[in-house]
Amino acid sequence: MEFVDNFWFQLVLKLAGILGVVLTGALVVIYAELKIGSHMQTRIGPYYAGGRWGWAQPLADGLKFLQKEDLSPTGSDRTVYGFAPYVVMMATIAVFVVVPFGPDMVGANLDLGAFYLLAISSLSVLGVLMAGWSSANKYSLIGGLRAAAQLIAYELPLVLAVVAVVIQAGTMSLNGIVDAQQQTWFTIGSFNISAPFIIQGQILGFAIFMIAAVAELSRIPFDMPIAESELTMGYLTEYSGIRFTMFFLGEYASMISLSAIAATLYLGGYAVPGVHGNIVNLLGPGVLLTKVAILVFVIIWIRWTWPRLREDQLQTLAWTWLIPLALLNIAIVSIFKVVF
Amino acid sequence: MTVSIADWFKETANWVFILLAIPTLLGAWRTVTSNNIVRSVLYLVVSLGGAAAMFLSLGAAFVGWTVVLVYIGAVIILFLIGIMITRAPLGMKAELSHASNVRMPAALLSLSMFVLVAWGLIDAFSNTAIEPFEPTPTSDIANLIFSRFVVPFEVVSIVLLAALIGGIALARRDDGGGA
Repeated sequence: MEFVDNFWFQLVLKLAGILGVVLTGALVVIYAELKIGSHMQTRIGPYYAGGRWGWAQPLADGLKFLQKEDLSPTGSDRTVYGFAPYVVMMATIAVFVVVPFGPDMVGANLDLGAFYLLAISSLSVLGVLMAGWSSANKYSLIGGLRAAAQLIAYELPLVLAVVAVVIQAGTMSLNGIVDAQQQTWFTIGSFNISAPFIIQGQILGFAIFMIAAVAELSRIPFDMPIAESELTMGYLTEYSGIRFTMFFLGEYASMISLSAIAATLYLGGYAVPGVHGNIVNLLGPGVLLTKVAILVFVIIWIRWTWPRLREDQLQTLAWTWLIPLALLNIAIVSIFKVVF
Repeated sequence: MTVSIADWFKETANWVFILLAIPTLLGAWRTVTSNNIVRSVLYLVVSLGGAAAMFLSLGAAFVGWTVVLVYIGAVIILFLIGIMITRAPLGMKAELSHASNVRMPAALLSLSMFVLVAWGLIDAFSNTAIEPFEPTPTSDIANLIFSRFVVPFEVVSIVLLAALIGGIALARRDDGGGA
């Protein structure tokens, strides 16, 4: 078993694992979106591809995108235009480095896990701005600017919500945060009760995090950057073929990554109450992915039931509601941390 | 202990350093020579990314990720938004001319900066090999900031707050008491 400890072997294994989870996960979420959206609108949704329930529809869509021509508009900056989707995709996949699927099943257990998450996910704004500018299209440019303004506005409540969790857990390592949620919260008789942070008073933080996460994803009700009625498709307008596929997969992959972060920070991550030892490494991925699936369902549910927010309403929500509430949340959590 | 050039190339860490240094320098070079202002900013991202990677390879993870979060994630984004809101030339339109009357002073300035830093480094370390050290845990930095250096830390935060208020006051439009 010596080769198992080899650094390069582990690296390849982790990369393959993360790519497998992200790409198949994205396809599953796309299929879920098609089906759930349809049923919420009293339609059936994809029906033919792949036979039963049209399960092969996302694959068929993917193949269709791949065989389309990869156009770049006249006057566009081809290097930047070509590179932008990879920046967005890279920022999404890099998040999974620190997401723990089990006590030992983690890409790298960084001391700075939460800080790394915020740093690396802020890079996707760069990709969006690159895409918007390099397309040489006014819709793209305005869409890119709107996206950037929105991502910056909602990055703040996201960061502040995470800060409250870091204060409560006393560590920035994501494994440490999961462990902190398994510590004894209080005891009844001889029973040690532990609870995820959402029950230990982080319900406000969780709500702020999820609202900001949906906004970071630019999904309805926060989809002004790609509002079809006024901007065609925003910064995605000129993209086609494999580069559009990258953006498309990237959006669904970041739904999974943000849900995984939320599940780790607030819902206890991979932990199963009362189960300890090596078995958690086996159960952990299933537990985490179940929590992720529930959160992804909520995000899809919001998309198909909510109307779009206007640009000014969207900014007002972030700056006058979410940020002050997140600051209040930090204050409350800190006070409880010091007093108890 | 002194180090010869041959020894220097035998060390793997030095190859990592070269791999990081070349893109950093190329990025910096293209930042000032590019004819397109948005491309200049993007080259600056390459340069800053190289600097962040350099900090990571030195074991200063906190500084490295701060460079990514603050410089690439915030400052560069503000640069890009500022440029795009005001005068973004769409696509590949070259618009920077690099007037020849600023080239010499700029070159002189950066050369003197380089000489100063290089002289300082050589004066301090000569060609002594620096002993390998353990990476500093971030918790140590945090403990220092919030114990011994808590007053300077708070002073810096007040300076930043003042700058923030100043920025708002400058940007705010007062239409004779209305609004």
